[in-house]
Amino acid sequence: MSLSVKHLLGIKELNLQDIEQIFQTADNFKKVLQRPIKKVPTLRDTTVANIFFENSTRTRLSFELAEKRLGADVVNFAASNSSVSKGETLIDTVNNILAMKVDMVVMRHSASGAPWFLAQHIDASIINAGDGINEHPTQALLDAFSMRERIGELKGKRITIIGDIMHSRVALSNIYCLAKLGAEVTVSGPPTLIPKHIASLGVKVEYNVKKALEWCDVANVLRIQLERQHKPLFSTLREYALYYGVNKSMLDSIKKKIVIMHPGPINRGVEINSDVADSKQSIILDQVENGVAIRMAVIYLLSGKREME
Amino acid sequence: MKTLLNSGQLNITLQRLSHQLVENHLTFNDTVIIGIQPRGILLSDRIVKMVKKISGNQQLEYGKLDITFYRDDVASRDIQVPNDTNIPFSIEGKNVVLIDDVLHTGRTIRAAMDALLDFGRPKKVELLVLVDRRFSRELPVQPDYSGHTVDTILTQKVVVFWNEKDGKDEVILIDKL
Repeated sequence: MSLSVKHLLGIKELNLQDIEQIFQTADNFKKVLQRPIKKVPTLRDTTVANIFFENSTRTRLSFELAEKRLGADVVNFAASNSSVSKGETLIDTVNNILAMKVDMVVMRHSASGAPWFLAQHIDASIINAGDGINEHPTQALLDAFSMRERIGELKGKRITIIGDIMHSRVALSNIYCLAKLGAEVTVSGPPTLIPKHIASLGVKVEYNVKKALEWCDVANVLRIQLERQHKPLFSTLREYALYYGVNKSMLDSIKKKIVIMHPGPINRGVEINSDVADSKQSIILDQVENGVAIRMAVIYLLSGKREME
Repeated sequence: MKTLLNSGQLNITLQRLSHQLVENHLTFNDTVIIGIQPRGILLSDRIVKMVKKISGNQQLEYGKLDITFYRDDVASRDIQVPNDTNIPFSIEGKNVVLIDDVLHTGRTIRAAMDALLDFGRPKKVELLVLVDRRFSRELPVQPDYSGHTVDTILTQKVVVFWNEKDGKDEVILIDKL
């Protein structure tokens, strides 16, 4: 019993059994995290390097906590104050870190596909902590895990993803993950932020946010990724908030209570209002809490692959 | 293959172990029972049922402990998905009876004690096993209560079948090649 993959690069490469196994393991780690002693010695012989070529608060902290609570040794690397600025290549950087006897690499990179490229050149297991506009697998896993915790099995459930679908790796990983779990997915947002052929992934498109909310059980609201938009795709943030922002009066006008999620960081007053983000319907902080358990599960399940090579 | 205990013998052994527990712990007011996942639970379920009957204590505290995260061989064997740990009471200052089906190298019990101590500081920890494969220990671990002692070599394997899970009660010794 272990995952069908050596690396966690994307949800696309996982099968349903892998996802179920990660959830079952995360359930147990969540119980460990609720104990007075929140630590187990499982990976005391393992060293993990967190290599972040792009900024992160939640994901990096969450990975670091997960690694420490598994008893692993952790080294952190941020590209901004490293030799990358002196012109060192990705492979050289990573090989130098691995030469110091590191067993596993957690990497975030602004280039889509960077972890796949790296996986072809190094032996250590790689966990993708977000690559460009492609995938962010642990976020999708913790999102689905949090949904399941709130509304039960996801088969047949309706999930709406709202916002910058085009530039969001969270959106793509969520779509793959929810499809494998048998949920129905609709994406919503301005037409300029929804990729043209998104329907080929088996999702529906609804440009009217209110209609999309009425349809769903859970709404995952995403941030507008201004740093990845190199030309204007909507006129102003105010206009975006007006037409695509989720606010309390909109939620109140829907007959049922839907669950509200957001992967963070939140731009309050743009894609989501404070009266929604801080409401009882929101499980935003549960997502953060579950993130540590999910990452512990992924790291643990991949750790066994080392000696089999 | 050789039968170590048949259904009738197994029942007598379980009765004896339960009586020994009650003899030492009487009312079980300061004693809790913890079974080790996954196969130790099948034994501890039976023992707890019998002890409740003999001691008359229906409130006997009983928990389940999974040791997957505490193993010392995580990297060298196929990774295992954990079972539930459920200890819904404090073990602080209590007598704890750990229960597992077969005692072999002693490594599982070492891991179980590490896991247990993360839940608190018990006054005393005892070990009950159904089958003790003596002479095959890799760590200095000995049982306080043993159902059946057997001399084995490493290539042999002791398997305990339970009616609840396997459809029959039996303990067998297999020679693996």
